[in-house]
Amino acid sequence: MFKIAASPLDPAALQKELLDERAGACVTFEGWVRNHNEGQSVESLEYEAYVPLAEKEGEKILVEAREKFALVAAAGVHRVGHLRLGDAAVWVGVTAEHREAAFDACRYIIDEAKARLPIWKREHYVSGATAWINCATRGDHSAGIPPGPSKTG
Amino acid sequence: MTRTLHVQYFAILREQRGLTDEKLTTAAATPNALYEELRARHGFTLTGDRVRAAVNDAFVAGDAALGEGDRVVFIPPVAGG
Repeated sequence: MFKIAASPLDPAALQKELLDERAGACVTFEGWVRNHNEGQSVESLEYEAYVPLAEKEGEKILVEAREKFALVAAAGVHRVGHLRLGDAAVWVGVTAEHREAAFDACRYIIDEAKARLPIWKREHYVSGATAWINCATRGDHSAGIPPGPSKTG
Repeated sequence: MTRTLHVQYFAILREQRGLTDEKLTTAAATPNALYEELRARHGFTLTGDRVRAAVNDAFVAGDAALGEGDRVVFIPPVAGG
């Protein structure tokens, strides 16, 4: 299941839900809020999601991963709201009989999620400026912020 | 022919529109046409080629036909993760 969550993620509890005696491998990914991006000092991050479509598209990515890789299970959660440095913004967990499928599927899910989910991120900088990531346009450079790649790992 | 639509705004478009959602009546027959109409009216900085469209919680092509009562969302460049 792929969920959008408004409250802090609990990776240990999320991983526990994947426990399955058929699984010999579990790979999880956590994306954390980092203190810098594109040369700017970041103080906090705000995430906003179009929830029904983000959950639907997230579920579609999990289905694709199950089709492409020999998995036992796959799940994901993405935060919305105002996050501080070190907070987990996204969690992906997969289980499989063997590690290769688990590693590959986890990577596939986080890469697709970042590229496809209708989720937006506004960075709040130590300077007091803010910017919606990837939404800069010409004539929008007053804060000197180029459209950058996403924030977490 | 006009249609009444429900439009929902997120992120930079929500800020530039100053609203999270609105009901409007338009002659625009496709998401592309509607975006251009709204962009001209509200000064959205993102050009149409950088925005995707969703209707009734599903991604659609920009030239899909809009129907009476559709819920339309324009999706700025995403940045999850």
